[in-house]
Amino acid sequence: MNKYTISGSPHVHSTENTQKIMYRVLLALVPALLVAIYYFGWYALRLTLVSVAACMLTEWLIQKFLIKGPLTINDGSAALTGLLLAFNVPANLPIWMAIVGSIVAIGVGKMAFGGLGKNPFNPALVGRVFMLVSFPTAMTTWPQAAPIFKAGFFTDAVTGPTPLGLLKEGGAASLDHAQFIDMVLGNRGGAFGEVCAIALLLGAIYLIARKVIDIATPLSILLTVFVFTGIFWLINPATFIAPWYHIVYGGLLLGAFFMATDMVTTPMTLQGKLLFGFGVGVITVVIRLWGAYPEGVSFAILIMNAFTPLINKAFKPKVFGVVKPAKN
Amino acid sequence: MNPIKTFPKGGVHPEENKLSANQPIQDFPMSKQIIVPLGQCLGAPADCIVNKGDRVLTGQLIGTAKGFVSANVHSPATGTVAKVDVVMDHTGYYKPAVFIDREEQDEWVEGVIQTDELLTEIKLDSKQIIDRVKDCGIVGMGGATFPTHVKLMVPEGKKAEYIIINAAECEPYLTCDFRLLLEKTQEFLMGVKILMKAVNTDKGIIGIEANKMEAIELLDKTINAHRDLYKGIEVQPLKTKYPQGGEKQLIKAVTGREVPSGKLPIETGCVVVNVASTYAIYEAVQKNKPLIERIVTVTGKSVKKPCNLRVRFGTPANLLIEAAGGLPENITDVINGGPMMGKSVSVTDFPCMKGTSGILLMTLDEAQDRRQTNCIRCGRCAKACPMGLQPFLLHKIAKQNNFDETETNHIMDCIECGSCEFTCPANIPLLDYIRYGKAKTGAIIRARNQK
Repeated sequence: MNKYTISGSPHVHSTENTQKIMYRVLLALVPALLVAIYYFGWYALRLTLVSVAACMLTEWLIQKFLIKGPLTINDGSAALTGLLLAFNVPANLPIWMAIVGSIVAIGVGKMAFGGLGKNPFNPALVGRVFMLVSFPTAMTTWPQAAPIFKAGFFTDAVTGPTPLGLLKEGGAASLDHAQFIDMVLGNRGGAFGEVCAIALLLGAIYLIARKVIDIATPLSILLTVFVFTGIFWLINPATFIAPWYHIVYGGLLLGAFFMATDMVTTPMTLQGKLLFGFGVGVITVVIRLWGAYPEGVSFAILIMNAFTPLINKAFKPKVFGVVKPAKN
Repeated sequence: MNPIKTFPKGGVHPEENKLSANQPIQDFPMSKQIIVPLGQCLGAPADCIVNKGDRVLTGQLIGTAKGFVSANVHSPATGTVAKVDVVMDHTGYYKPAVFIDREEQDEWVEGVIQTDELLTEIKLDSKQIIDRVKDCGIVGMGGATFPTHVKLMVPEGKKAEYIIINAAECEPYLTCDFRLLLEKTQEFLMGVKILMKAVNTDKGIIGIEANKMEAIELLDKTINAHRDLYKGIEVQPLKTKYPQGGEKQLIKAVTGREVPSGKLPIETGCVVVNVASTYAIYEAVQKNKPLIERIVTVTGKSVKKPCNLRVRFGTPANLLIEAAGGLPENITDVINGGPMMGKSVSVTDFPCMKGTSGILLMTLDEAQDRRQTNCIRCGRCAKACPMGLQPFLLHKIAKQNNFDETETNHIMDCIECGSCEFTCPANIPLLDYIRYGKAKTGAIIRARNQK
C-alpha cells in the first residue's frame, strides 16, 4: 500500500552542493596557476601536482584506515587545500617538504578536528606556517620570476628577495617602484601563487559573481591595510611605502580573496566578516611594519580564525519581530 | 500599478514551475462515493451529527465545530450516509469521516442562492458576517486551515487597520489562487469588501507576486472601472521571492510592520486572508453557500495535463490525478500542497479537503534525497532564513536535545518555510530537526505556562 516516499518538506532543493562550491574555487585559481607556470615553469607545476596529490592521498588514507568513515575525496576540498598550500610556497621548494606540509595541513589542520567543516584553522595555512617554522631557509629562499619562453621550462630559477623582503631589510629606499606594472603582472619573486594580482582578481571576480564568496571580508581586509599603511606613508614616506604597494606586494590578495573567505574558518554574518577582515588587516600590517617576518598575512588569518567562534557568538542575525529590550 | 515591494530579510527563489497557469478552472465531476473527513481545519475535528442511513442534502451541516478553534463541516453532495468511519487523510493518520453514497442529482439545502449573478449589496452587518463565516465552515485555504472567523474576531482593545489578502501564491507549481483571481475577479473583490466590513476598516490590500502580472493588471483594471464599489481596495505587487506569502513576511512587505515574536498578526493591525477563503466568504455571505468545494491544482513536471479543477470535498485525489492524464511512471513523491511546505502522502486515494491547494507529483530525479555531507558553515541557511534565525545552530542543538538553547535561540519563531533546507549545499535535513526541536520546545513551554 505505502507506495510513495514520506519526507518532511521542503520537497525541492537548490542544485548547489559542497562539491560545486569547492570546484568553483579551484577553477577560480586556474588563472593564477597558469601565470605561475609561465613565470616559474616546471617547478611550479610540479609542486602543485605533488601538493594536491599529497593532500588528497592523506585525506583518503585517514578516512579509509583511521576514521573508517565515508570517503569524501571527490568533494574537492582536499584538492583545494593542496592547491592553496602550493600557492603559498617558493616554487623551488624540495618536494619532500611540500609532502610534509601537505600531511600536516590535512592531518593536523583538518582531519584531527573531524574533517571538512570542523576545523577551526585554515588547513593550508596550518601547513604553510608549519613549513615556515620547520624549514625557515627553504621557505624563504624565493626564486625570481622568469618567463619560460626566455628562461626555459625546466631551468632552475635564480633566487632573490621578494619586494616585502627588500623592504624589511633595506627600507623603503631599496624598492624600485618603476617596476610596479611588472609586479602587478606577477613578474617578481615570491610564493608562486601570489605573484600575479591580475590573475587573482580575475578568479575573485568570478567567485563573487557566482556568489561563492562574499566580498565583505576581502574588502574589509584590503581597506584596513590600505588605510593603516596609508597613514604611516603620509607621516613618513621615506620609511614607509605607499599603501597600493602593500596591496600588491606579498600575499595579501591571495589571502584576502581565497583564504580569509574560507567558509569553515571565518565568521558568518556581515558584521562578523567586517570585524574579521579588520583584524586580519591590522595584524598583517603590524607584522609587515614591525614584525620579524616580512609578510604576515598567514599569521593574521590564523590568529583571526581563532577568534571566529567568538565573533559568531557576538554577531547574530536580528530575529524577526524581536525588539531588543531597552537598556536602563 | 504600485511599485513592487518585498520583505527585507532572507528568502529563496525556487524554480516557479507554474505549469498550469494557463489552464482554466474545470468543474470536476463527483465520484460515486465521497468521503468527508470531519477534521478539515487546524484545531479540533467537528462533531458528527448524522447517522448511517440518513439522507443528506448538498450543503447540509453534517459536523459541528467543537471548541473555539474548530470549523463546521457540510455535506458536499446529496446522498445517503453509508457509514461514519475513519479514513487515512493526507497526514497519514486515520481520522473520522462521513462516507456518503451520492445521488445523481444535486439537491441543495434551503436558502442557498444558486445563480451566478454578482451580488454587490452587503446586507449583513459586521457581527452577522462573522457568524455567517463561522456557520459556513470557512477556514484558511492556503493550507494552514485556521478557522477564518477566529481571525475576524478582533480582540478587545485591538483595531484591525488593514485587511490583507494573501494572493502571493509563492509556492512553486500552485496556480489555484491565480486562476480564481482571473476568473472570479468581481466575486473575489466583493469578498475583500465583505472582509473590510467585517472588521470595520476601509483599507484592503491585495498582495500578489509580480510573476502574476495578468492578475495584477486585471484587478487594477476592475477596481478602476468600479471605483465607488471597490473603494479602499488596493493591489500591491510583490517581488517573486519565497516565502512572500508567509503571513509575517506579507505584513512586513505590505505595511512595513513586524509581527512581534510570539504574537498574532492583529498586533500590527492586520488581518490576513487567503484568496480562496475570500472567494468562499463572498459565496457564504452573499449566497449563503457553505464551503463544500475548492480549486485544486494537479501538477508535476511529468504530469500529462496539469490542470486546475473545481472539486467537491471528499473526492479522492486519485480521480483528480486521472483527470490530469493519469499517474505518470516513476512517481516517487505525492505531495498535498506545494513543494516547499506541502506534505508528502503515502497513498493517492486520500480525500480532498479544505486545505488541499494542490496535488503535486514528483519523480525521483526531482525529489531525490541527496547524500548529506558535513556542514561547511557557509551560513547560507542563516542568510535564507526570513525570520533571522540560525538554522545550522537550531539543527545542531535540537539534535542534541538541548531545549533550553533552542528556546533562547528563538526556535518557536520558525515558520517552517524550508528556505534553509532548500539552500543548504550540504543537503542537511535542517527543517526536520528544527520541527522536532520546535515540537519539544513548545511542549516544554506549554507545560511551564500551565504551572
